[in-house]
Amino acid sequence: MCLAVPGRIETIEGVDPLLKMGKVNFGGIRKNVSLSYVPEAVIGDYVMVHVGVAISVVDEEEANRVFHYLKEMDELQELGDTLQ
Amino acid sequence: MKFIDEYRDGEAARKLTDAIHRITTGNWTLMEVCGGQTHAIVKFGIDELLPDGVELVHGPGCPVCVTPLELIDKAIAIAARPEVIFCSFGDMLRVPGSEKDLFMVKAAGGDVRIVYSPLDAVRIARENPDREVVFFAVGFETTAPANAMAVWQAKQLGITNFSILVSHVLVPPAIEAILSSPQNRVQAFLAAGHVCTIMGYTEYEPLAKKYKVPIVVTGFEPVDILQGVYMCVKQLEEGRCEVENQYARSVRKEGNVPARTRIEEVFRIVPRKWRGVGEIAESGLGLTDEYAEYDAEQKFNVAEYTAEEPEECIAGLVLQGIKKPAECPAFATKCTPEHPFGATMVSNEGACAAYYRYRRDSIGEGRSASAGGKSYE
Ligand code: SF4
Repeated sequence: MCLAVPGRIETIEGVDPLLKMGKVNFGGIRKNVSLSYVPEAVIGDYVMVHVGVAISVVDEEEANRVFHYLKEMDELQELGDTLQ
Repeated sequence: MKFIDEYRDGEAARKLTDAIHRITTGNWTLMEVCGGQTHAIVKFGIDELLPDGVELVHGPGCPVCVTPLELIDKAIAIAARPEVIFCSFGDMLRVPGSEKDLFMVKAAGGDVRIVYSPLDAVRIARENPDREVVFFAVGFETTAPANAMAVWQAKQLGITNFSILVSHVLVPPAIEAILSSPQNRVQAFLAAGHVCTIMGYTEYEPLAKKYKVPIVVTGFEPVDILQGVYMCVKQLEEGRCEVENQYARSVRKEGNVPARTRIEEVFRIVPRKWRGVGEIAESGLGLTDEYAEYDAEQKFNVAEYTAEEPEECIAGLVLQGIKKPAECPAFATKCTPEHPFGATMVSNEGACAAYYRYRRDSIGEGRSASAGGKSYE
């Protein structure tokens, strides 16, 4: 029920920010999505979409953090191994 | 798909699993609140990758599962009316009411339609001015902005043949109910990432403090869940109890402010009954007086319905993390997805359905839920 899927904004329509809609591409499938709750979103942004409504703009930097962290963990581990 | 595939990477999952094994010394019980997470955990076998000391119990986070019986009965009564077009998310149609479900109403000629979004129901109302269109508004905080927008749009557009049957529930009061129960054994929570995308996570800070539990806002993919588990275990091992955010790519501390503003305009906080659990104070949303004309319970006069839940089903205990589905005598025998007794067997996100789908074969002798040794790729 609380599923939200990330997709890329391809078009934005409507000047009234409260009725702002856009076409969002989910790996090839396009849907009309309400963008009223993400006024900051621009074309090319990824948004999390739940039941036809975008609920957040995906923060790319934060998205990569877990992988940076895993890499750091690896390096520490290697360092530990060499020291032993 | 970007922002999905990389979070299903086997290598990253293995590293996190190793890290969890490295830091675990104690015995810890964690609860994932959201049914979407339960589904992912059972599907990918995440619980089976964890050390013996770390147990995941499944929480109440499936809105389909906690919608009370009498609300299903109300939906059925409204949907059976000839002037009504009843719109709902698909998974509500098979939830058993006292006597039937919405599919049976549809089979008997009721105009019951599955929609993808509540905004579709508003469009249907616009296109059918001579009919009454009712949307079954269930869900947690995640779904509240969409339902609020539907009602708000209807009012802006002067649409009067639209209403919603509201069964909205809120997560923090449910967590508090679980923590304050004398039977509670949950020591840390994975909070639901999309609920917090809307509401932020400041509401959880007093709970973490009062009950001394770590709460980690967590996403839905395997790597997210494993990292959420890692962060919880790390706090438990270090004796900390803080609110942390694993799902920062979607969740901001203050949540989504435009969405919260709209929710506050359309809804107010009300006591709400949870299926299998009973009434929890201040645990739901209902329409404000200003939007009362969009309340289907008032419009169709069904507010007074009540119903008793079947005794055999232990879904209430499953929802609170006290029992696992396999401990229910009816599981996979009398109760199956084709003939569900309780809502936890109906919804894909219900714990009973997830176990039925992915674990039924391994729940043989001893009816133990763990199969062990399942790998990732
Ligand atoms: S297996 Fe069926 S009867 Fe048992 S708790 Fe789950 S839904 Fe209820």
